Amino acid sequence: MSNSDYLSYDLQTLHQLLVDKKVTAVALTEAALAKINAQQPALNAFITINQKKALARAAELDAKGIDPDDLLAGIPIAYKDNIVTNGIRTTAASHILDNFNPVYDATVVEKLDAAGTINLGKTNMDEFAMGSSTETSHFGVTHNPWDLERVPGGSSGGSAAAVAAGEVFAALGSDTGGSIRQPAAYNGIFGIKPTYGRVSRWGLIAFGSSFDQIGVFTRRAQDAAVLLGAISGHDPKDSTSSEQAVPDFTAAIGQGIKGLKIAVPDEFFGEGIAEDVKAQVEKGLQQLADQGAIIDHVQLPHTKYAVPAYYVLASSEASSNLQRFDGIRYGFRAADVKNLEDVYVRSRSEGFGPEVKRRIMLGTFALSSGYYDAYFNKAAAVRTLIKQDFEKILATHDLIIGPTAPDTAFKIGVNDDDPITLYMKDILTISANMAGVPAASVPAGFNAEGLPVGMQMIAKRFDESTIFRAAAAFEELNHYNLETPTFKNGGNA
Amino acid sequence: MISKDQVAHVAKLARLSFSDAELEQFTHQLDQIIAMENELAEVPTDGVTPTTQVSDERNVFRADVPVTDGPTRDQLLQNVPESKDGLIKVPTIIDKGEADA
Amino acid sequence: MNFETTIGLEVHVELKTKTKMFSPSPVAYGAEPNMNTNVIDFGFPGVLPTVNREAYRLGIMVALALNAEVATETHFDRKNYFYPDNPKAYQITQFEQPLARNGWIEIEVGGKKKKIGIEEMHVEEDAGKNTHGDAGYSYVDLNRQGTPLIEIVSKPDIASPEEAYAYLEKLRQTIQFTGASDVKMEEGSMRVDTNISIRPIGADKLGTKTELKNLNSFNYVRQGLDYEEKRQAEVLLSGGQIRQETRRFDETSGETILMRVKEGSDDYRYFPEPDIPPFDISPEWIEEIGAKIPEMPDKRRARYVGELGIPEYDANLLTDTKEMSDFFEATLAAGADPKLASNWLMGEVNAFMNAHKLELQQTKLTPANLATMIKLIQDGTISSKIAKKVFQETIQKGTEPEAWVKEKGLVQESDPTVLTPIITAILDDNEQSIIDFQNGKDRAVGFLVGQIMKQTHGKANPKVVNTILMAELNKR
Repeated sequence: MSNSDYLSYDLQTLHQLLVDKKVTAVALTEAALAKINAQQPALNAFITINQKKALARAAELDAKGIDPDDLLAGIPIAYKDNIVTNGIRTTAASHILDNFNPVYDATVVEKLDAAGTINLGKTNMDEFAMGSSTETSHFGVTHNPWDLERVPGGSSGGSAAAVAAGEVFAALGSDTGGSIRQPAAYNGIFGIKPTYGRVSRWGLIAFGSSFDQIGVFTRRAQDAAVLLGAISGHDPKDSTSSEQAVPDFTAAIGQGIKGLKIAVPDEFFGEGIAEDVKAQVEKGLQQLADQGAIIDHVQLPHTKYAVPAYYVLASSEASSNLQRFDGIRYGFRAADVKNLEDVYVRSRSEGFGPEVKRRIMLGTFALSSGYYDAYFNKAAAVRTLIKQDFEKILATHDLIIGPTAPDTAFKIGVNDDDPITLYMKDILTISANMAGVPAASVPAGFNAEGLPVGMQMIAKRFDESTIFRAAAAFEELNHYNLETPTFKNGGNA
Repeated sequence: MISKDQVAHVAKLARLSFSDAELEQFTHQLDQIIAMENELAEVPTDGVTPTTQVSDERNVFRADVPVTDGPTRDQLLQNVPESKDGLIKVPTIIDKGEADA
Repeated sequence: MNFETTIGLEVHVELKTKTKMFSPSPVAYGAEPNMNTNVIDFGFPGVLPTVNREAYRLGIMVALALNAEVATETHFDRKNYFYPDNPKAYQITQFEQPLARNGWIEIEVGGKKKKIGIEEMHVEEDAGKNTHGDAGYSYVDLNRQGTPLIEIVSKPDIASPEEAYAYLEKLRQTIQFTGASDVKMEEGSMRVDTNISIRPIGADKLGTKTELKNLNSFNYVRQGLDYEEKRQAEVLLSGGQIRQETRRFDETSGETILMRVKEGSDDYRYFPEPDIPPFDISPEWIEEIGAKIPEMPDKRRARYVGELGIPEYDANLLTDTKEMSDFFEATLAAGADPKLASNWLMGEVNAFMNAHKLELQQTKLTPANLATMIKLIQDGTISSKIAKKVFQETIQKGTEPEAWVKEKGLVQESDPTVLTPIITAILDDNEQSIIDFQNGKDRAVGFLVGQIMKQTHGKANPKVVNTILMAELNKR
């Protein structure tokens, strides 16, 4: 096995190699950097590669020695570029922040630094996490490692592609309406959005504050459980972060699937869901049933309203959250501005891309005088109904399972200028954010074109453990998650 | 139907400017999106309390204890496009009418 | 045509906390630019607010002192607007469900008492400061950004500039007594925006209102409203119409000057702040805070007049600040006579504070020393003339009066066996004065007393001197 394959090991194995000094943190970092640099032209998974600091950090860790108790020490990871890193440029993939150098760390970065992970860089994404293809990035699209002509999904497309393509062991992303789960599905890896409040949002550049959660991408559910454990927990700096104790998320892994009550919503297999996706997920469900899971078909009647309600609410919050990008204290300021109004209007008009402007406009409209009740307030009431649908089903079931996305990775450019079609693709993932429940995408095989399909698992609030238990058991049945990307349509990777 | 004038008004509130062609395109797209959002009107929501956040927390307060070990003023100002004597420098307003809270 | 006036006041008061409303930066007046700031105050990407419990507590305290109903369920909202001193481009405030509603305070104008209603009050964050410089630039200092504020909105009950003045005085005094704020206009810890409209007496609909800004003292508020009241009447009487506009008060001319005409209402796009969970304010907490509110000036004043026999005017002055009122009561507790204590505080103590531009607590005077000094005067140990010396000593240096009087030999001479020989000797030396006295010239007595005082270096007890002198004169 060559050096560059270390990152395909499971966490425990890799950790043992580091503890036993069979591989050094420096060697591991160098291997990862070599792979990132080699694949960057084809994938463009990174906006900023943290080469120097990562190597210095690795050398520090080697000098100290890897403690057997520090499972994450020396492990190379990456952060989505909307997670603030002290002294490392953080752009949210926007021109308006392309020169922004943060002076503080996000809580998740502080926690993982303390756990000894090595930050290899900042991954590409849709601008301000608005999109589901990574095509709205100011830094160019990320390519899907399974087929370079296709999108990696989004908005955390860079993080997903980097993990799938073996550039880093794990990556953090953020999920406002599916931005972790959908790219995980498109890239054939595991990705989890935890319960709203589980992970501190301090240092996450806000999009939709009441929806945003930071989560994890890995190849294996078990490893994600360890990483999620490391970043979870109450943070006094985030008043919405939960006081709930963080369990050992790996504890239930190995208990199997027998007896788990699984709800399968009819709405998740309705119109607009690709047949090959349905077929793969149904096959997976049959396997779970064969293992002793109890499958019930249920209804989530307000599902069709999730997309419009989400686009009103998340865009409204975004329109307010993005007002601070005004060219005054940081970020891009337009050249030759003559007065204050110029600073605002020109910096923002030149600094934001079209999708971000669309959402700002939409949100500003929904909050504006005379429209608030018909849009914002109405959508917030519909959110209550969606949340209640979920609470009702999850009161009697351990998991809700369905496809993660209605389709597989689509071709770059096909959905340009068609926002509605793109927005509708979020229909299966949005509801979990509306309700604040944890949800993950687990690899569920491939379609005829060899593109990965994701199976979504949704659990009760703060019951990520059941997702890890079921996901790990499902992985054992097929090992889809260990398939490596084919780099179709690329000559040089 | 949302009009071009409405879109222009919203753009003003959001401090965004568009060319005429952009405005045309945005009006069309926003109109489509808003048409989608009008579907919400179908849902009966009388007596339903709006949900504006999904945190289980309530009554989260911070103690009144100063924290001063954060970034220095120089660090805080390092991203500022223009500063002078520790102050943030900004081109001035022409219309002096803006609200001062 | 006669008009009636309706005035609304929006008062912002800074709450006296150690840290900001939504960030743990220190709050301090007069620091170097941008020194009391952090990543939250700068509105950096990724930061989140946390709510200062003490600010909320002080807000409730003010609400209770203003007889308002504290909301048991509240949340914060965002008010969206762009301005350089507003780093997030939204202010976190309370819009939908403010901290408290339906308060009132009682004012007195021209001997008539009137209750002025308070619509609502809410806590929010202050903005930074944007100073206009030359050459087309302005400069932003974010030290003030995030300072906790309570905004108090009056009901349209105020019918004259005089009432507005009385309302502000009463509001300032009441809040000052809670200790929740310094309420100083000159330091900006109290700020006033007003609006005013007039309408023909008996008209159903309120007239179009104008807003007044840049009012840096209560007097300017009164003057500005006075001017505006007359200006609006002139406009209407000459057949004109009032425009909805914002005007500023010019301190030198005493006039109000147009700043801008309002076109429609501002669109602040309020919505619930998603970064702060809602609050359930428990009745127990409200009760606990209420129990700690000190006795309010009205009650104290009534007690001073009714129980202590202090004149109304003095009682008003004594209750102007909590410090003065507390000092007065502590002086009584140390055994001083109420009227004398009041006289000293209103007289010499106030004069000293004014002359040296000091607050009461900045002087060295203590209630115990003041009480001791008053006792020394009352029991004749010192003369009122000597008392002035003692007073200067104790208020400037904090010296204990009784020991100092003894040490300096300033004790008054009241012993007749000592004084009588001195008086008879002086009479012997001043035959002419005795003749003048006998001819009914009272001035002679004054002269003789002066001679006695001179002889005794001012230490003779004037009362005793007077008694002996009259007796001796009548003998001759």
